[in-house]
Amino acid sequence: MSDKLHFSLVSPERELFAGEVDQVDAPGSEGQFGVLPGHAPFMATLKPGVVEVFEGEDRKRLFVRSGFADVTPQGLTILAEEAIDLEGFDASSSKDALEEAKEELRAANDDQAKARLTETISYLEALVAAAA
Amino acid sequence: MASLKDLRARIASVKSTQKITKAMQMVAAAKLKRAQEAAESARPYAQRMAAVIGNLADSVGVGEGGPRLLAGTGNDQTHLVVVLTAERGLCGGFNGNVAKLARTKITTLQAEGKDVKLLTIGKKGNDALKREFGAIIVDHIDLRGEKELNGDVAGRIGRQITDMFDDGAFDICSFIYAEFKNVLSQKPVSQQLIPAVAPEDAPKVDLAGATYLYEPSETDILEALLPRYLNTQILSALLESSAGEQGARMTAMDNATRNAGEMIDSLNLTYNRARQAQITTELTEIISGAEAL
Repeated sequence: MSDKLHFSLVSPERELFAGEVDQVDAPGSEGQFGVLPGHAPFMATLKPGVVEVFEGEDRKRLFVRSGFADVTPQGLTILAEEAIDLEGFDASSSKDALEEAKEELRAANDDQAKARLTETISYLEALVAAAA
Repeated sequence: MASLKDLRARIASVKSTQKITKAMQMVAAAKLKRAQEAAESARPYAQRMAAVIGNLADSVGVGEGGPRLLAGTGNDQTHLVVVLTAERGLCGGFNGNVAKLARTKITTLQAEGKDVKLLTIGKKGNDALKREFGAIIVDHIDLRGEKELNGDVAGRIGRQITDMFDDGAFDICSFIYAEFKNVLSQKPVSQQLIPAVAPEDAPKVDLAGATYLYEPSETDILEALLPRYLNTQILSALLESSAGEQGARMTAMDNATRNAGEMIDSLNLTYNRARQAQITTELTEIISGAEAL
């Protein structure tokens, strides 16, 4: 068994990360979980949050907007709907977007729009918190 | 016989047409490169998604009580046909071929006594199909305003389709678009979106004897994933189609430029002949005039 975990993070538009790492922590929808090399086959949905990648002394933080993780003997794959590298990320535009979404939610009156805005807000809140 | 002036005007007009087609070809080539890159970078996600859906569908089973997007309504009376074409023309047979496949598909379904509804994406397909099938077009999605074809656009289209499905507007949804084979060939294909078809050739994951753990349950995951799978399929169709459109336009404009070149050559030849004939006539007239004196 290899002592490294093959990890790849892909979003619909592109592949953001692929490589051998020591450990990956991911925000599961039922709780945070960590994946080490040789993890049992495992599949979980994710909620908006930070995926943390450990490689030696390096730590890399990536923000994912929901998605899901698939652990196989070949490694861990995270399929994210949207993913942002937190390094060098500027949260100010997200803060603006958050205010805007809150404003819209107050104005919205149909259920579908409300549900969508609530989802957007929880995502933006998590993003702003992660970037802080 | 056309006068020299007429010929000159024609040559000038063909030349300016050639300039336009040449420019369009170069623009298409540049856009093609970008579209191809976008289509390629979307591929890993689509492939993994397909593999995961394939695995999950195998273990959950498609029987009764499965997610509706996978199991379907248990009926096949009403079909929704989604036709994806380009927003603009001048790209050879690209839009025509897609429209032709759509037409064949719709008439076959109608001949079988099914109800068909039509959703068009892209202006050209709508133009081509509305005369014949105007009555069954339920909606038209315009992509002209979209700067970039990304997950958001695909998500919007996906949501519209799933909303219609949840309202019971149709039983089976198929998607017709042009698949990008290479720059020279785009093949119109029809793909079934709902109920979702798990890809047959998806690579099976070797679990080395272990079993999957799921969090939350298998069915919940599958239900969360199916709409995303749908969006992924729509996104890759959008990207493939836009790459195909640019490829088709590049080829068409290359041909047009070449044709214009040939036309200019032959017009030039005619022009020179006419000019020489005129000079000869004038000379003869002068000489015979001088002899008569």
